[in-house]
Amino acid sequence: MKGLAIRNHRAFASGALFLAFATFFFVTALQYPAGTAAKMGPGYCPRLLAIVLAAIGLVVMFGAMKPSAGREALRTWDFKGLAWIAGSVILFGALLFPLGLVGALFVLIMVSSRASHEFTWKGALTNAAVLIVLCLAVFVYGLGLPLPVWPSLLN
Amino acid sequence: MDLFHNLAIGFATAAQPANLLYAFFGCLLGTLIGVLPGLGPLATIAMLLPITYALQPDAALIMLAGIYYGAQYGGSTTAIVVNLPGESSSVVTTIDGYQMAKQGRAGVALSTAAIGSFFAGCVATLALAALAGPLTATALLFGPKEFFALMILGLILASVLSSGPFIEGIGMVVLGMLLSLVGTDLNSGSQRFAFGIPQLFDGLDFVPLAMGIFGFAEIVKNLEQDDKLSLVTQKITNLFPTREDFRRMVPAMLRGTTLGTLLGVLPGGGAVLSSFASYTLEKKLSRHPEQFGKGAIEGVAGPESANNAGAQTSFIPLLTLGVPSNVVMALMVGAMNIHNIHPGPEVMTKNPTLFWGLIASMWVGNLMLLILNLPLVGLWVKLLTIPYRYLFPAIMVFCSIGVYSINSGTFEVYEAALFCVFGYILIKLQLPAAPLLLGLVLGPAIEENFRRAMVLSRGDATVLLTSPMSASLLAAAAIAIILIMLPTIRARREEALQE
Repeated sequence: MKGLAIRNHRAFASGALFLAFATFFFVTALQYPAGTAAKMGPGYCPRLLAIVLAAIGLVVMFGAMKPSAGREALRTWDFKGLAWIAGSVILFGALLFPLGLVGALFVLIMVSSRASHEFTWKGALTNAAVLIVLCLAVFVYGLGLPLPVWPSLLN
Repeated sequence: MDLFHNLAIGFATAAQPANLLYAFFGCLLGTLIGVLPGLGPLATIAMLLPITYALQPDAALIMLAGIYYGAQYGGSTTAIVVNLPGESSSVVTTIDGYQMAKQGRAGVALSTAAIGSFFAGCVATLALAALAGPLTATALLFGPKEFFALMILGLILASVLSSGPFIEGIGMVVLGMLLSLVGTDLNSGSQRFAFGIPQLFDGLDFVPLAMGIFGFAEIVKNLEQDDKLSLVTQKITNLFPTREDFRRMVPAMLRGTTLGTLLGVLPGGGAVLSSFASYTLEKKLSRHPEQFGKGAIEGVAGPESANNAGAQTSFIPLLTLGVPSNVVMALMVGAMNIHNIHPGPEVMTKNPTLFWGLIASMWVGNLMLLILNLPLVGLWVKLLTIPYRYLFPAIMVFCSIGVYSINSGTFEVYEAALFCVFGYILIKLQLPAAPLLLGLVLGPAIEENFRRAMVLSRGDATVLLTSPMSASLLAAAAIAIILIMLPTIRARREEALQE
């Protein structure tokens, strides 16, 4: 089929993303009773919306294959940067209780700083020191948020 | 008169020392954020939401509102001085504002922007106060089907006005509505899409999602493009516009204010749309269109008035109808919910001091910004010299602590990390995130009103089209869709919305 080549890869992927979410929500919603239009169950609206989203996804995907669709490639991805940033947040969550706020913030700042192309140890360490002091002053002593400041072993 | 009586209540609230202080904080923070590129009012409001737990509701909202319009001021400062729009609403200001700065008229451009914004702020505050009563009265007549139709119209307009293809915007709205279904179904009490995770029983939290997408994912995007800032550091002298400048800027300001006030009320409208529309209008009306792009003062005065007016009047649909018209307003819903205030027609009757206090504080805030901004320009510009590699870990830290403080639990932290990945996918696919958030915020109310309307009509969906009010609202939504499909308008829209 010559006419059905994917011309707009960006739009095609977007449509596929919609379709994937729609399928997931529709299949999960099958467990919930749908009811009738007059007496809707918890599953009625999810099914309705999932069908609408699936339709939109298909329209977008077909639109990307139309001969009139403009050619567009997928953009390049920076998985490393994403991994440093998302990873540092996960580490913060995992280490907050075992290490306390000071330790978890230190890890967060050092790991996320690595995402920058201009990373230097000295710069990141200084930044970490300044930010940790600032956070303690603002959040812990200023606003009095209930945060575990020191490692749980010390308490 | 009622209006003045109400405004008097408002000013009494806004003028309380504590509220003045929070308005000041909000304006200061907002300006700071507006100045720093890569950190928008969205991420900031999301970041500061948890901090407002400790505040009184009126103080919290006054501060958050201050951040929003403070950011418009700050954004224009950097647009003029260093050709960097700190905010998307000041993109157009870079065109002529920076040219004026290059001609040594940075001071004049800055004061034009400030005076225009202040004037627009005053008018928009009055418009807000005047329109609030009648609109609230209308909203009180609304039943479930009218509310359903109104929210559908809002979501359609928001997707029409978001960047990128319209159909993808609608897809994001529907996806947001699906995500809003997570949690307990209020009618049956059963869990949906919660997979036995107790933290999801109350629904998907708004703040981790907003921070993941607008905070963390934005950082990954900004780090990819490491273009260096070239600062044109020059002394800013001579703030005062000449008589000729005044003659040219006053009509532009009046037109910009009118346009912004009107467009701000539209769902999906607000500051960005207003500023673009005003620039186009000024260029069309000008007797010297060739000066635009080369330092025409109208190109600064019009859009700067328009974006501030639009920023302010976009509170109207939120406060009177309970329908947020843009993402910042959606975050305000989140802030109000934290304090157990449910935006809608009841706010004005149940919380008159909060309602009128917020409106009055906008005027107070604008005055503060006028005084705050001009003398501090030098300081703001200096802030721009902070390298991004020191700035973004600070954003990471504030976001992470903020996200943790929502429930004092780490679940939300992981959620934010997940939405960071999701947000990055959206950025790469160029899918607009704003409609997603609006769908997420409006989803529960839409489902509830839809179900109620269907119960009342015994399952007959045609009732949505036979009741005059809901039929006309849905017809307006249909017209918007048809218009956007017309090829000529489609091309114009793509031209206008690309940044």
